[in-house]
Parts: sequence; C-alpha cells; structure tokens
Amino acid sequence: MDMDAKLAESEEGTILFSTDPIIVKHHYEIDYLHSYAQDSPFFAGLTKKKLMGSHCSACGRRYATPRGHCMECGEPTEWFELPLKGRVHTFTTCHFGGEAFLKDTPFTLILVEFDEVDTLFLSRLIGTRPGEVLIGMQVRARFLRNCKFKPTDVYFVAV
Amino acid sequence: MRPVYMITGGITKFAKSLPEKDFRRTVKDAFDYALADLPGLGRDQIDGSVCSYFSDHFTRQLMAGAMVQDYLGLNPKPSRRVEGGGATGGLCFQSAWESVASGRMEVCLAMGFETMGRVNTWKGNEFIALASDTNFDYPVGGFYTGYYAMMVRRHMHEFGTTVEQMAKVAVKNHLNALHNRYAQRPAKLTIEEVRSSPMVAEPLTILDCCQMSEGAAVAVLASEEMAQKLGGVPVRVSGVGAGTDAMRMADRPRGEVILLPHEEKDPYLDLKYPGVHSFRGGRVAAKLAYLMAGIKDPRLELDFVELHDAYTSSEIQTCEDLGLCRYGEGGSFVDSGAPFLPNLDYGLAFSGTKGWRPLPVNPSGGLLACGHPVGATGLMQAVFAFWQLQGTIGKHLGSGVLQLPDPRRGLIHSHAGTGTYITVSIMEKV
Repeated sequence: MDMDAKLAESEEGTILFSTDPIIVKHHYEIDYLHSYAQDSPFFAGLTKKKLMGSHCSACGRRYATPRGHCMECGEPTEWFELPLKGRVHTFTTCHFGGEAFLKDTPFTLILVEFDEVDTLFLSRLIGTRPGEVLIGMQVRARFLRNCKFKPTDVYFVAV
Repeated sequence: MRPVYMITGGITKFAKSLPEKDFRRTVKDAFDYALADLPGLGRDQIDGSVCSYFSDHFTRQLMAGAMVQDYLGLNPKPSRRVEGGGATGGLCFQSAWESVASGRMEVCLAMGFETMGRVNTWKGNEFIALASDTNFDYPVGGFYTGYYAMMVRRHMHEFGTTVEQMAKVAVKNHLNALHNRYAQRPAKLTIEEVRSSPMVAEPLTILDCCQMSEGAAVAVLASEEMAQKLGGVPVRVSGVGAGTDAMRMADRPRGEVILLPHEEKDPYLDLKYPGVHSFRGGRVAAKLAYLMAGIKDPRLELDFVELHDAYTSSEIQTCEDLGLCRYGEGGSFVDSGAPFLPNLDYGLAFSGTKGWRPLPVNPSGGLLACGHPVGATGLMQAVFAFWQLQGTIGKHLGSGVLQLPDPRRGLIHSHAGTGTYITVSIMEKV
C-alpha cells in the first residue's frame, strides 16, 4: 500500500464567469447515430432530386411530409412522388433563432401546399427580398447537388 | 372520482437567470411559501408529489425531480416527473389532480421549475426547438418563434387579424404585470413601441414573445376531507381537460370545427379547421374541462382566464379555442377591450364590448410579462388563479390592483409545441 499516493497535476484550468456564486463553464457535446428509419426513403429521394410523400391507400390521405403510418386510420402508407411545384401556404422571415442557424439569418421559412395533397411541407424559400413573399405564391423545389441527407437538401424559389 | 381542492400555492420571482439558487432551492422557496401560507399543512400531511420540468438539456441533470423531492424532505414518499413541453406545468397540475381524485393520495404536491438561464438565449432556442420533429422541422431552421410567426401569418390571412391587435395584447399583459412583484418583464408600452422593437420572426417582435426564464412554482391539491381539516381558503378544481395535435404543424388536418356547447356550426361552414391558424388540442381541452365543470357558455360563466401567451398571437388564437369569442374574432375581441382589466389605464381606445362581457385575460401579466420557466409556468397560473379566487392578490402581490372583485370561476390553460399538448383546468371559489 502506497500511503503517499498522489494524483498527477495538470495544466488545465476552469473557465470562471463569476465567483459569487461560482459559475463555471461546462462543455457538453455528443454525436448521435441517428437513423431516419422508416423515413429513410424520403432522404434517399433527395439524392435523386425527388420529393417523396406518403399516401394512405386505405383512407386516401396524402401527406406532403411523409409518415410510415396514416395519422387518420393507422394503416401503413405507400410512397409517392410529390410535384416539384407548389404554393406558399404561410411564411415568415427569421431574424434570430437557434445557435445552429444564426449564421443563416435572416432566412425565410415557408409551409408549401401542393395540389391534391392534404398536408404541408416545411422548407426554406430563397431569392426573395423583403415584402416579395405572399401567401398563394407559386414556388418550385430545387435540390443541393452535394446531398447532406438533411431536409435542407431541398429548398424552394419563386416561380 | 371525488372532488379536488387547491389548498395552497407558492412561487418565486421569475428572472432570466437565478444563479444564486439552483433548481432544488428555488422549488424549496416556493414550497416554503406555500407551507407558510397554510399553517395547518406540514410535510407529514403530504402523501406524495409530481414534479414538472421540461428540458433535461437545461438542467444538465437527469432525475432532477428526484433531487427536488430529496431537497424538500419528502423521501421516501411517492413522486414522479411529468413532461410535455410548454404544457409541462399544466400536465403536472392535472397529474396531481388525478392522484387526489382517484383516492390514491389525500394531499399531493405539484412542483415545477426550469433553469433556462444556464445557456445563452440562442442555445436555449435550440433546446426548445428540439421539441419539434428533429427529422423534418428542426434542421430546416428550428425556431419556435418562426413556427408561431407562420401560424399567425395564416391567422391574419384567414381572418384579417392585425399586428396592432397583437401589440395590444403585449401592452395589456406587460402593464398588468407592473402590479405583480413576481413578474420578470413588467412595462408600460405603446403599440408603436411593440412594433418598433427588434424583429424576431416576422411579424413577431421581441415584445410579442415571452423570454427565457428561471423560477419555480408549487400547488398543493387535497381531498375535501383534508381541505376542511387543514383550514385556509380552499378553491375547487372543478374541471380538467386536455388535448393533443400532430407534432408537425405541417401535418395538421383540415376538417370541421369542433363545437363548444354555446356554439353553432353556421359561422364555420367555410372554415378549414384547424389548419395552422388554430389549436385543435386547445379546443378539445376546453370542451372536456367545460363538460366536467358544467360550463355551458364560457363567455358568461368565467370571470377570468390565465392562458399560455408565449406569443401575443397565441393569446388571440387561444381566446378563440377557448370559445371566449368565435374563431376569427380574436383580434376584435382584443380591440373591444373585453380582456383588459377595467381598473387600469392602458393608453388605448377600445371599440366597446360588442356583446362581449368584460373577461380579463392574463390579469397576472401572463407568460409575456411574468416569464415562462417552462415547468413552473402552468403552476404559476394555478397559483395566480388560486389567489384571485381566494381574494388574496393584495396580500401576495404586495398590491391589490390586480384583484378582481369577487371572481367566482377562473380558467387556466397550458400549451406545448405548436399546440401539441394542451391542458385546461377550471378553478372555482367554494
């Protein structure tokens, strides 16, 4: 038994914001292994410049944002290709936001409505100046060539 | 189910950050306030608790509820945590109600907190936005103010609601809070000041939005027998209701309006409901609560409402969901002056009640001015409603300005996501 056991010292310190009370900086970071699971075909579609929605053959509901099972009747849905043109259902321009998106501000969010589809799709609209976006305005989808497998691989511009 | 009463409550001052005290200590302060206000009640008579806090990201401490239970000296009694976004506090209140109504407990403590000042506001916005679909919504620019801005933009399109009407809500709630010493951001504002404050997500300015907050609130619920035994001035919780809707607002179906007892189908024949302009879950929560409380016409049978005004726009939308006015009339309801306190000078001209009886909405100042420490918020509303119905606002707020003359029945409303979980509870003077 070593009665003089001693931990090694290090040069690392702690970032302090205050001493009364003591407020220290605590860093926290994590990488997840996130599976898109049953939503995966949507993200695969983005690589082929396709927007994939889901269709319920049991009750006929058509979803612009896909879901594996129908929200209305619970039956499994089938994939279908959404049109690449739609209309602005509503919109906003964000001048502030979460940390990850501050670099993008101001950015414009829209909910897109498509003919013959029951629900909407959240996306970004680019290329418009303040005051130019209107509800009902025609928009078309564009896709990133270098796919990131994120919903931002698709975005919209005015027609 | 048996009758349930609120017998005492307590809150702490809400602030952007409370670094002097951790979450255990803030809840302890609110708890001690509640115990001191009902001397007959001691820890021995409390059978268990429910703890509400929204985000483990904010606490950076899993099982934080267990630590509060421990700090309050309530071990080894039963306890659990409930979580449901912005409605966490309202869900906690109803969970405690269920514990007593079912006979499982005679006295149950509902306790809630949030510690949002531990990160910067932009990081907090990220944490909150993680309560939206992380496959399809969050990565596109996840920001709740952006979601609500889109919802109200559609409300404006459907019904002609204006930014000035929204600004009047900000004027009202901030001015009410000048007389509430617990409030985080009391202020006397003008419509012009609200509109010219920094834009967050068009059309919502920073004064249209509640802030990040820290603080705690507790409510103690009891059976009739224990309420009588412990003394004080109990208030009955006569109705509870809750509703839900799709997490993604893009998924909101469009069908027929769900009608409340005092409503008819005719005005709504052309309205696609709920769309993204209305909260179907809030309507269902109200319908269930009114049914349990025996309310046929909320416009006539409620004396005040404390609702979840995280945004000025959502107050207008929620007044419609609760049936205080018809869908589409929320803006006119504000213009009429009906939701304002009759004894305060807001510096606004009102259009008159157009048949709307004065029905103060957020007399406390609401989330906009009191703050929104998420897990505490729904309980804060319960505490303010409890004090209103007891007639003890003057004693607790240090000023009786906000005390309504003899209120008989109030409604509290807690709301999560883009209308994803919503609770409505009815409280009545005994």
